[in-house]
Amino acid sequence: MTQPLIQFKNVCKKFGRNVVLRNANLSIYKGEITTIIGKSGGGKSVLLKHIIGLMEPDSGQILFNGRQVSEMNKKERHKLKKKFSYMFQGTALFDYMTVLDNIALPLRETTYMRESKILDRVHNMLAQLDLHEIDNKYPSQLSGGMKKRVAMARALITEPQIVLFDEPTTGLDPIRKNAVHSMISGYQKKFEYTGVLVSHEIPDIFYISQRVAMLDNGTILFEGTTDELQRSAEPKIRQFIHGFDINIKQDELTGMGTKIDVDQSFMESMDRLQEDKLVFSIIIFYVDNMDKINETAGHIAGQTVVKNFSIQLKECLRFGDTCIRYGLNKVLLILPGTNKVQAQGFCSKLADKIKWHKHTELMPCKGLHVSISAGLAEADKLSCFDHLLSSAESQRIRLDEFCAISEAEAP
Amino acid sequence: MSLFFLKFKFKLLFFINNSRVKDNILNDPVITKNPFAILGGLVLLLLQRIGRTSIFFIKGFFSIFFPPLQFAKVLDQVYFIGTKSIFVITLTGAFTGMVLGLQGYYTLVKFGSEGMLGAAVALSLIREMGPVLAAIMVIGRAGSAMAAEIGIMRISEQIDALETMDIDPVRFLFSPRLVAAIISFPILTALFDVIGILGGYLTGSLLLGINSGIYFARVESSVEMHDVSGGFIKAIVFAMVVVTICCSQGYFTHTRTDGFGAKGVSLSTTSAVVISCVLVLVTDYILTSFLL
Repeated sequence: MTQPLIQFKNVCKKFGRNVVLRNANLSIYKGEITTIIGKSGGGKSVLLKHIIGLMEPDSGQILFNGRQVSEMNKKERHKLKKKFSYMFQGTALFDYMTVLDNIALPLRETTYMRESKILDRVHNMLAQLDLHEIDNKYPSQLSGGMKKRVAMARALITEPQIVLFDEPTTGLDPIRKNAVHSMISGYQKKFEYTGVLVSHEIPDIFYISQRVAMLDNGTILFEGTTDELQRSAEPKIRQFIHGFDINIKQDELTGMGTKIDVDQSFMESMDRLQEDKLVFSIIIFYVDNMDKINETAGHIAGQTVVKNFSIQLKECLRFGDTCIRYGLNKVLLILPGTNKVQAQGFCSKLADKIKWHKHTELMPCKGLHVSISAGLAEADKLSCFDHLLSSAESQRIRLDEFCAISEAEAP
Repeated sequence: MSLFFLKFKFKLLFFINNSRVKDNILNDPVITKNPFAILGGLVLLLLQRIGRTSIFFIKGFFSIFFPPLQFAKVLDQVYFIGTKSIFVITLTGAFTGMVLGLQGYYTLVKFGSEGMLGAAVALSLIREMGPVLAAIMVIGRAGSAMAAEIGIMRISEQIDALETMDIDPVRFLFSPRLVAAIISFPILTALFDVIGILGGYLTGSLLLGINSGIYFARVESSVEMHDVSGGFIKAIVFAMVVVTICCSQGYFTHTRTDGFGAKGVSLSTTSAVVISCVLVLVTDYILTSFLL
């Protein structure tokens, strides 16, 4: 296995008598998004602050590219710090500066970039995060969601190699929450940074993170991919994840089932296939040009497309069909009693339906189309979920491309 | 008597138990039982505070000279500390001079030497009252604001945010204020002196009838360059003391043990004003003993 970018080795930290980290071991790999989950007040933020050096461990080591941080000299530490960016839980925006100055500050103070170039970059970033005409406002004049996005803009403006997000979506509505997740993941692909995320948003974070670490009682109870976490048999982990599952039966944005339900739904359908010989198919829908929508119309628009598509989709469903949000731009459908031909029929019916609806209106953006494709697969007795999914993915058909906006609205 | 000691001990114990730094200095359970050890612990605590304030000052002072120089920020602070204090300095300067003229006249007239009023007013203003009162007025106006501003930045994680951006918070927040104070304090002191001398003239000459020619001739003949430069040296030292104390009180708000959050900021502001006023008077005594 490759060397981790950041590695915690038996890190301990206590405040007075309160032990927050107990021999925490954690590996963070380059170019991945690692999410740290765990109970509130369980030391997740403390862990994050150790990464960036706002706190020093009482014992144990923190390694960066295999080198111990505590052994680095001042110059090396400065160099290291330049690679990082941190988005605070409480945004920590400078309340006496305007939004523009807030975002421009890291560039003005730590680089020799020309002012005109800085302003260009800030305006570009503001536009990308869907923040318009707030340059000269102060943070106290903004809503909570806007502040979060401004904080995010400030964290990303220096194009850092490692970005640490401390609960970036707490207190946001479903569309904006998903938009922020979409931004984190979108920019991660664009700038190729390594992301470390502290979040409570199960299951939403499963769509964007490659690795998950669960912090419990000061130690890392689990570390691995999202699939491994969901399939873990450890009672504490199951209790934690399903604790969320009971509260959130549905994905907040789409009102569909969540990724955690996939296994259960698949098993149920499989049982029926084996016992009653009831065939079933799965369809996976993709919003193909999600990146383009995000870029031209903004991440909120991107998530609105997913939401509106879901509404259309749900109207076509029969009783017993299961639909599940499977990713930021993916929706999975399990259709019992349907073979592949019938599933294709379903797709064309759906395509007809969404074609004539203007429910998917986005922000005025001329020429922007939403393209949705579907992958189909019929299950047989021996198929396992992963194989079925990959065969569905390999046989994608273009559902249709339809106009995202009414032409009258276009500028 | 023993009750008094018991109370004293109890208070000390309470203080130490509340202290977050006790882990570093007083983590031995035996120490908290022995009154001498408690006293020693308190001395160590005091030394720690003095130490961190000194380091804060040295770091901030040397950061002034490292490029890139922070001209815009210094100018901002000169406006805040200096320009905006002009009104209050003029007002207090005028009344101080006037009262000096009044008091001086009635004292000197007993000896028949009211002609010396100009010298008395000018020397007491230039040597002592000017630098000290100007400093105290600026503490009230700008010092408290600095402590509160930096304190709020500390409790709302804005200073942590600076650190994560690899911006040195001491350099960013403290150094420009220090430079601005070093520029503004002597100018404000000079203004205070001039207005004060005119105030003395107002009461002494216009109200009480001393010949104005004699008043100003005495001012001119008695004041030497040595007095003026001494006043300026005091002003510069006071500038450093005031800004260091006010900024460091705000900067270390989070380490307070007697209050957190908004309460911590209010306590920091209060102690910034009190400590810097006291230190201005203490350093004034020390400086005077060297300058005379």
